[in-house]
Amino acid sequence: MLGNAAQRVCKVLKSKKLQTSLLALVGAIVVSGLILALSGYSPFVAYGAMFSGAFGGAANIADTLGTATPLIFTGLAVAIAMKGGAVNIGAEGQLYMGAFAAALAGAYGKDLPMVLHIALCLLAAFIAGGLWAVLAGGLKIKLGVSEVIITIMLNYIATYLTDYLTTYHFKAEGMVVKTKRVAESAMLPTLYPHSRLTVGFLIAILAAVILVWVLRRTVFGYELQAVGLNPFAAESGGVKKGRQFLLTMLISGGLAGLAGACEVLGVHGYFMKGFSPGYGFDGLAIAVLGQNNPLGVTLSAILYGALRSGATMMDRMTKIPQDFVGIMQALIIIFVATPGLVYFYRRKKKKTAAIHKGSETAPATTEEV
Amino acid sequence: MALTETLQFAGTMFSGAMRIAIPICFGALGSTICERAGIVNIGIEGMMLAGSFGGVVGALVTGSPWIGLLFAMVAGMLFSLLHGVLTIHYGTGHIISGLGVNLLASGVTTVLLVAIWQNRGKSEMVGTLPTIELTFLKKIPFIGQAFGSFSPLFLLLLAAVALLWVFLYKTTFGLRARIVGESPQTADAAGISVPKMQYICVLLCGLLCGLGGAYLSIGDIGMFSRDMVAGRGYIAMAVTIFGAWNPIGALGGGLLFGLAQSLQFRLQQSGIPVQLIQMLPYVITILVLLLVRRKGGGPAAAGKTFDREKH
Repeated sequence: MLGNAAQRVCKVLKSKKLQTSLLALVGAIVVSGLILALSGYSPFVAYGAMFSGAFGGAANIADTLGTATPLIFTGLAVAIAMKGGAVNIGAEGQLYMGAFAAALAGAYGKDLPMVLHIALCLLAAFIAGGLWAVLAGGLKIKLGVSEVIITIMLNYIATYLTDYLTTYHFKAEGMVVKTKRVAESAMLPTLYPHSRLTVGFLIAILAAVILVWVLRRTVFGYELQAVGLNPFAAESGGVKKGRQFLLTMLISGGLAGLAGACEVLGVHGYFMKGFSPGYGFDGLAIAVLGQNNPLGVTLSAILYGALRSGATMMDRMTKIPQDFVGIMQALIIIFVATPGLVYFYRRKKKKTAAIHKGSETAPATTEEV
Repeated sequence: MALTETLQFAGTMFSGAMRIAIPICFGALGSTICERAGIVNIGIEGMMLAGSFGGVVGALVTGSPWIGLLFAMVAGMLFSLLHGVLTIHYGTGHIISGLGVNLLASGVTTVLLVAIWQNRGKSEMVGTLPTIELTFLKKIPFIGQAFGSFSPLFLLLLAAVALLWVFLYKTTFGLRARIVGESPQTADAAGISVPKMQYICVLLCGLLCGLGGAYLSIGDIGMFSRDMVAGRGYIAMAVTIFGAWNPIGALGGGLLFGLAQSLQFRLQQSGIPVQLIQMLPYVITILVLLLVRRKGGGPAAAGKTFDREKH
């Protein structure tokens, strides 16, 4: 049993995908450091400040994990869509729809026991976010319009729509435009006092575990990936391509909606425009870094949470603007999506090896590498 | 009298539409040429942003907005080169590479904004490109309002549309570019260097996007503000589809979009909630895409990585 587990760990460590992600990460950190050095800052001071901001002390760790919570959800949202063959750039919009639905369910659902009330809010968020994504999926299937542009447009529409609804129909009393505070029974309990870390984090982890199970052990997960790998082959294998695609979008959008719900029910207590600093867009980078694997996504999201909370500290302690993290994130995406950048030395080796080997053994070995 | 007023009103609307359309048209032209050569470029947004920033920096450093325009083109081309190297040389997914370009452009411009002006929101004012005034037209209804004064970039846009159209449909070079986008295998077999054509088209795209971005900063308000492209790059991609991957279609689509948008500014004075009006351009984009849906209308090999060893 123990040997089996150790074997598995070894297998994971040797997997090419993990190596790519780790190497890409190192590459991005090194290049970002070079950029810092060239701009006249000390990369070591910067990274030191970031690290202490993200992990220096229990309160900081709690904040990092709290920030990671919505990122796990949006990362999973993008990842599951990719697995099912959809490019969902609309996680931000779905997050807004979900957050708004959760805020309403939290504020207007009254006299419910806590567990039930929270469950109701999460369900509302899942449905709202999911349907927003299904809208894009439906347009793709029925009319053949690329979901990429549609989901981007729906992002803008969702932010304006929720802002409109908040301003004109659900505004709480007072100067600030926001929805009514959600009932106490709908607030997610905190796991560490005065931090962003709430039960939402556990729900996010649970969601990741469920996704692993769905993808590995269920027919639904199998069909989802079949459509993602080759829609035509899946269809001739008896999978209803369109229906499967819509379900994928529903789950994807629903997960993004849960990200919004956890922010509203755990951190803010109400819905307000501009509450998300781009969690939905981060989800894309996180899915790429996590190679669309739910566990990889979870780890990547925690890393992104650390980057975000570390950036605040770096901004305060050094003169480097926190926007610098944006450059790091971009470099991470580029490096992960381009294995050639980190494996260039290997390719060179391959070429020289092939030359040395000569022609007699060439066909058999080149196919292997 | 009433007729004159109507014509004048229409003229003002048209000139407003033109102002909105210029950056979007440049982006759409870039996207058109890029997709024709088989490279899907979602990084238009970032390249335009780089252009806006480069323009302001150039105008600040040299004191001349005209040289700022050169800086803008170079900035746009730098980011397009990155997209080109990633997608053509390394075979990175086009969408992800484009997103990376957008993120990078947003990060780099904001960090440099802080570095140069110590401000996270906007730059200082710099000189803008002079507008071209045709005083002798001013008296004529409609034409006077529509074409009495306009940005030199509008002329540049018209020239770019014409040149690109000739390039794509009347030159061997353009024909080759289109073959690359339709079937790189065929192009390769015919002895056309697929990567070379793609690099040229991607760089052209960056140049055009840089000009479009420059219009927003040094062509209009005379400064750079954080993320000032605000989705115009994505709208430009939609306009590309609407314009059927044709430069003239891109111009028409952009103008139509500008018209809808300038109608929106009129509506803002009518008491309709501002959020609903702000939503309009994005709703229109989706509706237009639905109306013109051309299944498989684009270049057949757009978005696919070409690896000559695999075929």
